[in-house]
Amino acid sequence: MKEIVNLPVSKIEEEEYHINMGPQHPSTHGVLRLLVSLQGEMVKSLKPHCGYIHRGIEKMCEKDTYPQVIHLTDRMDYLSAHINNHAVCLLVEKALEIEVPERVKYIRTIMDELTRIQSHQLWWSSFGMDLGGLTCFFYGLRDREMILDIWEETTGSRFLQSYNCPGGVMQDIHPNFQKKVHAFIKTFKKKIKDYDRLLSGNVIFENRSQGVGLLSKEDAISYGVTGPSGRGSGWSCDIRKVEPYSMYSQVHFNEVLRYECDTYARYMVRMQEMHESMNIIEQLIDNIPEGDHSAKMKAVIKLPAGEYFQRVESARGELGVYVVSDGNKTPYRMKFRTPSFTNLGVLDHISRGMKIADLVAIGASLDLVIPDIDR
Amino acid sequence: MNSFFKYFSDIFHGVKSLLIGMSVTGRYFFSPGQIVTQQYPENRKNLQMFERFKGEVIMLHDENNQHRCNGCGICENNCPNGSIEVIPVKITGEDGKPKRIIDKHIYHLGMCTFCGLCVKSCPSNALGFGQEFEHAVFDRSKLNKVLNQPGSSIIKGVE
Repeated sequence: MKEIVNLPVSKIEEEEYHINMGPQHPSTHGVLRLLVSLQGEMVKSLKPHCGYIHRGIEKMCEKDTYPQVIHLTDRMDYLSAHINNHAVCLLVEKALEIEVPERVKYIRTIMDELTRIQSHQLWWSSFGMDLGGLTCFFYGLRDREMILDIWEETTGSRFLQSYNCPGGVMQDIHPNFQKKVHAFIKTFKKKIKDYDRLLSGNVIFENRSQGVGLLSKEDAISYGVTGPSGRGSGWSCDIRKVEPYSMYSQVHFNEVLRYECDTYARYMVRMQEMHESMNIIEQLIDNIPEGDHSAKMKAVIKLPAGEYFQRVESARGELGVYVVSDGNKTPYRMKFRTPSFTNLGVLDHISRGMKIADLVAIGASLDLVIPDIDR
Repeated sequence: MNSFFKYFSDIFHGVKSLLIGMSVTGRYFFSPGQIVTQQYPENRKNLQMFERFKGEVIMLHDENNQHRCNGCGICENNCPNGSIEVIPVKITGEDGKPKRIIDKHIYHLGMCTFCGLCVKSCPSNALGFGQEFEHAVFDRSKLNKVLNQPGSSIIKGVE
C-alpha cells in the first residue's frame, strides 16, 4: 500500500487533480462523462467519455425500411426531432426524384422553425439553471408548453412526433393550427422581452459569460463547430442560407452572426435566432397553399443503387445524412453527421485555462444533447 | 479618477440590472395571470386529450362489436420493432370456400414507439389511436394486449 504523505501546500497546488464530471451531473444534461484534469481550480485538459446512451441507431437503420428509419432519427437529437425527420425525407425524395406538393414544403418549414424555437427555449431554461437562475427554467418551460400543445393537436405527440414521411407528412394540419401558431407568436413576442430583462442584461450572467470560452473563427472552422455555436464566432455556416431546402430560398431572414467568440456571443445568437424563426413563421403561416398533404408514393420504397447525402440545419448545427443503397428496400449503410458530436470535440480546446465553474457555462453554451452524440 | 467613476458606475449598473430582473419575477408573483399548471390526478374526470393524441393502438369496433380487420398482416410488416402479431385462422365461409379471418391481433404496448406506421398503412382503416395514457402496470405481461374484442367479427363487405 502506498504511504500517505502530507505534501506541503506549495506542492499541492502543483499536483494535477482528476475528477469525473458526470455521467450523472445535472449540468451535462444527460449521461456525458467528462474526465477533467485540474490544477487548483483551473482546467488543464478534459476528456469526454461517450457511449453511455449508445443504442446503435445507425446499425438499426440497416434492417429498417426507409419509412421505418424516420422514427429512429427522432431519438437522436430529441429536441430537433422534426428537423431530423425532415433530413431523411429530403434524402429519400432526392434519390427518387420526387417533387413534393407545395403545401408539404410550407408545413415542414413551419414545423422546423417551431422546433428551433422550442429547442432554444429549453436551452435558455437550462442555461439559466446551470448558472444558478432557477426562475429561467420555469419561464422557459411554461412558454414551450404552447408549442407542445400545437404539436399534440396536429401530430398526436408532444415530443417525438415522427410527423414526416417520405413524400409528405403523416396527416394534414389540424384546422386550429394556424390560429394557435398566431396566438403563440403574439404571446411569445411579449415573453421574450422578459427573457432579456431577466438574464441577458443581468450583471452576474454577463460577468460569468463574457470573455469565457473563446473560440476563434479559424478554430470553429477546423473543428467543424456548426450552428449557433459556430455563428457566435462569426462563421457564416447556416445551411438554410448556404444550401436552401424546402421554403428557405423564398423567405426573407437574416443569418445571425456575432463576432465576440465567447459564451455570451453564442447566447445572443440563439436569442436572436428565436426572433428570426418567428419572422419566418409569420411569412409562411397565412399563405399555406391548398392541396394534398402527401405525394403519391409506392407501398415499398426502394432507392436506386448509389450514394446519397443531404444536410439540413438542425437547432444545434449541421445535420448530415449519408446513405449507401444497394437497390434494396433497406439501406446498405446509413451514417449521420450529428452536430452535437462535433461540437463536443471543441470543448477541451476552449475550456483549457478556464475555471471549473466556467466549464459549466461553456458546456451549456455549446448546447449539447447527449443522445445526439452517442446515437 | 476614471477608474474611480468606473467602480461606482459598475456597482450602479449591476444593482440596476438585478432590480430589473427582480421586477420581472415580482410582477409574476403578484399577478400570476393565467395559471398554466394542472391539478392532474384530481382533474382526471374532465381531462380532455386532443383527438389525434397517440395514447395506444386500438382496433376500432362499432356498436355491433364488429371490426374492419381482415388479418392481412400489413401492419405487422410495417411495424419497425415487432410490436404487432397478427394470428389468422382459416375457416369455411358461407359459400363453402375456405376463408382467412383474424383469430388474434396481439399488440405489445411495451415495445411500441408510437410512430403511427401501422395506423397509416392499414388498407381497411381497422386501426386507430386511443386516448388512454395511464399505462403503468405492476406486471410487464399485462402490456401484451389482444386488440380484437372477444366475440367480435368482421364487418361484411370489407374483406
